[in-house]
Amino acid sequence: MSACTTLVLLAIGLPLAYWLSQTRWRGKFLIEAVVALPIVLPPTVLGFYVLMAIGPLSPLGQLYESLFGHRLPFTFQGLLIASVLYSLPFAVQPFTSGFAAVDRRLMEASWCLGVSRLRTFWRVALPLAWPGVLTGMVLSFAHTIGEFGVVLMIGGNIAGQTRTVSISIYDEVQALDYAAANQTSLVLLLFSFAVLAVTYGLHRSFIQVWPTR
Amino acid sequence: MADTLIASFTKRFPRATIRGELNQPALRHTVTVLFGPSGCGKTTVLRCLAGLETPEEGTIRFGSETWFDAAHRIRLTPQQRGIGFVFQDYALFPHLTVAGNVGYGLGQMSAAERRKRVHELLERFDLTAQSAQHPSQLSGGQQQRAALARALASRPRLLLLDEPLSALDAALREQLRGELRHLLAACEVPVLLVTHDREEALVLGDELMVMSDGVVRQTGPVLDVFNRPADAEVARIVRVENLQPGRVISVSEGLATIEVGTARLIGLATSTAASDVWVSIRGEEVVLQRDGSVTSSVRNSFPARVVAVHPGSPLARVELDAGFPLFAFVTRPACEDLDLRPGVTVTALIKAPAVHLVPRSG
Repeated sequence: MSACTTLVLLAIGLPLAYWLSQTRWRGKFLIEAVVALPIVLPPTVLGFYVLMAIGPLSPLGQLYESLFGHRLPFTFQGLLIASVLYSLPFAVQPFTSGFAAVDRRLMEASWCLGVSRLRTFWRVALPLAWPGVLTGMVLSFAHTIGEFGVVLMIGGNIAGQTRTVSISIYDEVQALDYAAANQTSLVLLLFSFAVLAVTYGLHRSFIQVWPTR
Repeated sequence: MADTLIASFTKRFPRATIRGELNQPALRHTVTVLFGPSGCGKTTVLRCLAGLETPEEGTIRFGSETWFDAAHRIRLTPQQRGIGFVFQDYALFPHLTVAGNVGYGLGQMSAAERRKRVHELLERFDLTAQSAQHPSQLSGGQQQRAALARALASRPRLLLLDEPLSALDAALREQLRGELRHLLAACEVPVLLVTHDREEALVLGDELMVMSDGVVRQTGPVLDVFNRPADAEVARIVRVENLQPGRVISVSEGLATIEVGTARLIGLATSTAASDVWVSIRGEEVVLQRDGSVTSSVRNSFPARVVAVHPGSPLARVELDAGFPLFAFVTRPACEDLDLRPGVTVTALIKAPAVHLVPRSG
């Protein structure tokens, strides 16, 4: 689940972040604000809107149902969509700061050498922005593992299918099984700490995890 | 038949408007220097030619090709223009080796061809030993050569250089100036080079374009522009040491007599009938002598009192009063021989062709 989210975020986030770091368009701040929304929005609000958008009553949900024969909410795919949206800022912001750290002149030099914009992205921008890209991947991976509200809204709580670690903790507490809850929470805490420590430790010298702007 | 670079365009910024006006036959071996003070728009002109900036108006043509035409919405990308661009700080790819940098733009060649071409360039630019190193391990001079080799790898039709020596410290800059001249002459590509350094323009350039406030003021062979600035603004930019207002009193047989301050000078008459002129004399054209013995070919010979001697390397700058302020460049041994110090009166000699007249309006 986290791996899928990270992969989808990579596919969506890289072009978006590259565009954000390169564009001189004045309306750029609007896109930045939209991308950052999930940070401040309660996950239930986001989950609610996603549920509405992909539910059987929306055009999107109907299209999906007619194509694949089943509904999106309370499935793995539905959960994936919500989770991608929810973790978007955690991927896009480090990606963007990674690309912003690449000297624009290196890209211009590449264009002047006759290399297309797309190939320049692969051969210059991406290799030089890799600390930011890696940071974004790790952060979104870790963030997806710990998410709760969105999952509860979209995924429901189906064992082996849409149950995430945080939901199983919630279940355990509800069942007054504190020992199990403690165990699972500790695992999650240690995992998150380890991931973040490794990320920050690796890139201390290369790049800030958060853009300073 | 050489291609000609013809450009006439306007690029607007919130605080400045840059007008690029060029008409340069792009000859092999010819280095054209775009010279002017910092911030006058030289780099913008270069970036517009490369396709890295888009002007609002005008056209850029190279030979029979149109690179840019605002009216017809033609805009070739940098990739389509077939140019080489050397950036101010060289912009070498830090994650690639020297060989990787040089071969970077040769993607359309076969691997074997590419290796051969890279090898050839590394040899020519004396970088074979550094082939596997990364740019951060190179000296300033090596970085410059690597950037040149990379820009020339795919045989561009025009080479653009933006302040190629300004990333280096002063001592190295002087040393590399001569080297760069040889490298550029050997690369057999027309070169357009931007600089704000007067020495650089003199050493590197064949043709000079003087720019200020976003406008090209004068174009011509380097020495012509330095010796005969078209107007007072150009004279200031190329830093003619002596630029004094004068008045033409009489003209006969191609020679003009000009009144400058309380002195009279003889210079070559210009075609303009204006009597108000700027008199421009290069400091190195002023010869100082202790006694009055004068060789016949020198038309101007007059007493001048030393006001101050400013030591410099290699030439000292001597400030004189000859009825008008006059600056002369003198070697240090000559300074000692003539015993130049404030208060001493010497004879100043200036040949008539060195007295250049620039029309002065108002």
